[in-house]
Amino acid sequence: MKRYQEAAAGRRKGKKNTAKLRLAVFGALVLALLSVSIFAEWICPYDPNAQDLSNALQAPSPAHLFGTDRYGRDMLSRVIIGSRTSISSTLILVAVIAVGGTVIGVVCGYFGGILDTVIMRISDICLAFPGLVFAMAIAAVLNGGVRNAVIALAVVSWPKYSRIARSQTLAVKSTDYISAARLAGSSPAGVILRHILPNIGGQIFVTAMLDIGTMMMEIAALSFLGLGAQPPTAEWGSMMSGGRSMLQTYPWVVLSPGIAIFISVVLFNLLGDTIRDCLDPRNGNRSAG
Amino acid sequence: MEPLLEVKHLTKTFKQNGREEAAAVDNLSFCLYPGETLGIVGESGSGKSTAAKAIARLIDVTDGEIFLQGENITHLRGRALRRIYRKYQMVFQSPAGSFDPRRTLGDGIGESLKNAGLSGKERKRRVEELLFQCGLSPEYARRYPHEVSGGQCQRAAIARALAIEPELLICDEATSSLDVTVQKQVMELLMRLGEEKGMAFLFICHDLALVQKFCSRILVMQAGRLVESGKTEDVILHPKEEYTKRLIDAVL
Repeated sequence: MKRYQEAAAGRRKGKKNTAKLRLAVFGALVLALLSVSIFAEWICPYDPNAQDLSNALQAPSPAHLFGTDRYGRDMLSRVIIGSRTSISSTLILVAVIAVGGTVIGVVCGYFGGILDTVIMRISDICLAFPGLVFAMAIAAVLNGGVRNAVIALAVVSWPKYSRIARSQTLAVKSTDYISAARLAGSSPAGVILRHILPNIGGQIFVTAMLDIGTMMMEIAALSFLGLGAQPPTAEWGSMMSGGRSMLQTYPWVVLSPGIAIFISVVLFNLLGDTIRDCLDPRNGNRSAG
Repeated sequence: MEPLLEVKHLTKTFKQNGREEAAAVDNLSFCLYPGETLGIVGESGSGKSTAAKAIARLIDVTDGEIFLQGENITHLRGRALRRIYRKYQMVFQSPAGSFDPRRTLGDGIGESLKNAGLSGKERKRRVEELLFQCGLSPEYARRYPHEVSGGQCQRAAIARALAIEPELLICDEATSSLDVTVQKQVMELLMRLGEEKGMAFLFICHDLALVQKFCSRILVMQAGRLVESGKTEDVILHPKEEYTKRLIDAVL
């Protein structure tokens, strides 16, 4: 029995240790990705928008590592510059829906009543449509552009967060420490800021981290359909769209932004998974709980 | 003498899917006088805790009225409700569950003081004083709820309840989850504080032995209704109702 317990403890400890290691590795890789997008202008070897028609559609070579597109623009430079649009718009989108959805969900959960019913029915409506189709409709109405794509995706994606925040708030609200805080004379705002948000924040954060990959794909998808970034802005989704007819003849025009999307999404998902493992209370790695 | 707390025809029904469920508390009326210790006993599900929460205005009542020092507090909201909270406090059943797991015990004890506008330094001093009164050393202010034992946590909960010097302390099964020796210590602490500060107690408990020892008057509840009330010795030694007799037999 004792040996079994020790073995179980050892396994848990092992898992926790690899989680920390993975956190360090994936965290570093994501940081590298972010710094590429921040310092894009200094890193890219050519002007990403400079056309050179005599060098159009060159295969990857030492001069142009990812080849060139149909206007002779260097693909490597465009992928690097494109990371800025793709990553920053994704992060802004996730931040907006996580914060906005959480605020809505916490207010609904805490105060209840008619406001709660109305907002939750609205979120039901949002959830009843296939997200991307609804987002396409909104983006089309708003007339394209990266900013409008972000707005469109934000409009359809917030209910997920408000649902989580609402159910967590309902669970926390019924605990004795919330009753005690109210008896201590804390106002609703005080109770929410001091007790509810800190206790549900972990779960929202993990959800947001896991969502970054999905949202990056969705922004790229909207851009691919011509509803996101407009030419000549370099953005991964629209770059793939621009090269899609050349997939069989000049595959690098599609593959280089495609691989960039693939790598970023995988990295953000791995980091999200790792953060979830680190915050998992069963690993005994939380300061409280 | 004017009663400290007067409960008139208190009724609480819970709604489920729009239809009314059976009343958790049905037409409960009683008075509590300053400095008195009143026990409410009854089996699980008899509505004791619901009554406590309703009296403490943590949940809204369906019907009836609650008077505190002659003031009708049944329908107070917002700021007025927070003002009235300063006259009574509550100690809850689950020791660990009554403190925010992400905050220190000191934060929890000092919350009412913070809301009352005390500065950080004064607050720290007062929290340490309260901990001392409840038999805990000042270092407990920096501990988290999961780092202390149930008894220590319950002492901290009592310290928190005392922070704003209430006139009424509602103890909702405050000692039920503690083991017998710790239970005795916590009860003695409560009684000592009650005498020192002249506080009144509303003591909700299913343990008749404890109630007999510490309460001057008791109410017996069954299925939300008040079945018997009176001086503790009278009720326990000469019960009139069948239900009370069964409760007493179950102990002995």
